[in-house]
Amino acid sequence: MKNSKYLPLMATFVVFVLAYIICISVFPNMLSTRVAGNLLTDNAFLGITAVGMTFVILSGGIDLSVGSVIAFTGVFLSVILRDTSIHPLVAFVMVLALTTAFGAAMGGVIFFLDMPPFIVTLAGMFLARGISYLLTTDSVPITHPFYSTLQDIYFVMPGGGRLTLIAIVMLVVFAVGIILAQRTRFGTYVYALGGNLTSAQLMGVPVAKTTIGIYALSGFLAGLSGIVFSLYTSAGYSLAAVGVELDAIAAVVIGGTLLTGGYGFVAGTFLGICIQGLIQTYIVFDGTLSSWWTKIVIGLLLFGFIALQRGLMWMSERSARNMRHASAAQPSNA
Amino acid sequence: MAVPTIVRERTPQLIVLAVILALNAVISPGFFSIEIQNDRLYGSLIDVLNRGAPVTLLAIGMTLVIATKGIDLSVGAVMAIVGAVAASLITSGYSLPATLAGALFVGLVCGLWNGALVALLDIQPIIATLILMVAGRGIAQLITEGVILTFNDKPELIFVGSGSFLSLPMPVIIWIVIAILAILVVRRSALGLLIEAIGINRRASTLSGVNSRVILLAVYAVSGLCAAVAGVIAAADIKGADANNAGLWLEMDAILAVVIGGTSLLGGRFSLVGSLMGAMIIQSLNTGILLAGFPPEFNLIIKAAIILIILIVQSPASQTAMANFRANRQTVAVKTESREHAAR
Repeated sequence: MKNSKYLPLMATFVVFVLAYIICISVFPNMLSTRVAGNLLTDNAFLGITAVGMTFVILSGGIDLSVGSVIAFTGVFLSVILRDTSIHPLVAFVMVLALTTAFGAAMGGVIFFLDMPPFIVTLAGMFLARGISYLLTTDSVPITHPFYSTLQDIYFVMPGGGRLTLIAIVMLVVFAVGIILAQRTRFGTYVYALGGNLTSAQLMGVPVAKTTIGIYALSGFLAGLSGIVFSLYTSAGYSLAAVGVELDAIAAVVIGGTLLTGGYGFVAGTFLGICIQGLIQTYIVFDGTLSSWWTKIVIGLLLFGFIALQRGLMWMSERSARNMRHASAAQPSNA
Repeated sequence: MAVPTIVRERTPQLIVLAVILALNAVISPGFFSIEIQNDRLYGSLIDVLNRGAPVTLLAIGMTLVIATKGIDLSVGAVMAIVGAVAASLITSGYSLPATLAGALFVGLVCGLWNGALVALLDIQPIIATLILMVAGRGIAQLITEGVILTFNDKPELIFVGSGSFLSLPMPVIIWIVIAILAILVVRRSALGLLIEAIGINRRASTLSGVNSRVILLAVYAVSGLCAAVAGVIAAADIKGADANNAGLWLEMDAILAVVIGGTSLLGGRFSLVGSLMGAMIIQSLNTGILLAGFPPEFNLIIKAAIILIILIVQSPASQTAMANFRANRQTVAVKTESREHAAR
């Protein structure tokens, strides 16, 4: 059983290595820290929100609102920095508090009204997008000097690749996410909720607190991702980040997390992000392929991994049944 | 005798629709006026019926899918694929019947793909249909080769989107005919009951002899077909296939229409008439916001508010409270029932 637990993660790792080998064999230039650095920078916002999505999916839920929350964060920051003299750091704290409260509110509705997360977060998606439209429908540039200071922070990796601040933020979020999932009580509760809600309740898991906490975490990370996105684009636009929730869900699934909840790893999501990034980089290097091939390949990967998960579950169910048969047969033998 | 029951069951939806229409009439005094020009009805009300056609069609398929406790996220993408197929078939010289047959066939295949994932591979509906939602627009781009395929010189296909028959616009006729067919098929046979049975408990209905696999396949196939018809109408309406924007976010509108219509997302009961009303409510809202001169962005906030209200009304917690309010004796039963429902 231990092996089957890690099998989806292993499969993702193998796919990633194979994909990278194929990429390098076609375009040897892709084996450089420059490409790796750009890959991390370009997908930093997606990675951060995907960590939150991993927790949500581990608990058996889904959060469709993250793309809209990212757009809202960008618009909020750009409007505040344009119209007031508030320092960006203060604005960051304000927006993080807002998005965390927003996530917590959705978690509260999901738990107390006992409604499917899908429709609750769908309402959240409409609401966040609508509010950012109300703030402004233009693309507002962010020209605060503090932003250029932040954008100029980077480490030069051997080989000339740049590890930018936002890439570092993403790596830190992944590290914290892995610790939170594997080494804390909250993480255990999340896995318990996703495994079996009723058993979790009976075992004394504080379901209300945990549910609200999970969606608050997802809201917080979506807000952080919005900050990173605004650093990445230097602007806030209410139509930005449309469909990011789907990319994040895809990264989580490709990363080997079971969509019914209960099984999966934050580290797998990182691999999922890297695979998506690789596909994009390959298309950029190729130059003749259109960007919509990304969508098709991601769709195929999604199907492949979901089919793999189903296969694994069938196998484990069958072996469980065989074991039951074996134990049922034993008394008559004895 | 059937009509009064429908009216009684759907009173909230009717009231909401009436209020929104009345508001529209206040905003724009000529809202209810309908006139005939060139043998065709014109007016804002007809416009609501006409513009609402894609969402209405999607809502018909979506209702049946949601009744089985499923969901179909791919309908918007299927619209884009079918629009692309229809446009490329007609521009490469096929006749209208061949084009329509091809388009519907592609929609059917998309629906069967979703149905196979759900019914045969036992994948959660959200995830199963997510695959086509993500990949679908890419496939549509593949068909149109990345451009917007226009067919300005093909009046026969454009007729489907903007022609008129019996002085009503074609899209209205199409959705009304399909709606009546769907209602007759599911409500005049046992099919509707079987669909609801699967939504309540798939395993129990399988054990009691319902062929749940075939019915699930059929339900998703119907959803794909409805999306195909909507896709053809949307493409014919703009005289071209736009793989990026055709049907974008319409899956959300369709789900909203179904939920507004009183179909529970938890499966097990559905009302096609309610979903049609839901679709009309959404469309009259859209039209009203445009007439009032508000930015269309207001739509999203209003939709979010509507979802929230429906969630509160539909939630097991408030249903328990309502039952509590009505009769103390029934409370225990409802509570255990809603708990069981939640645990499933």
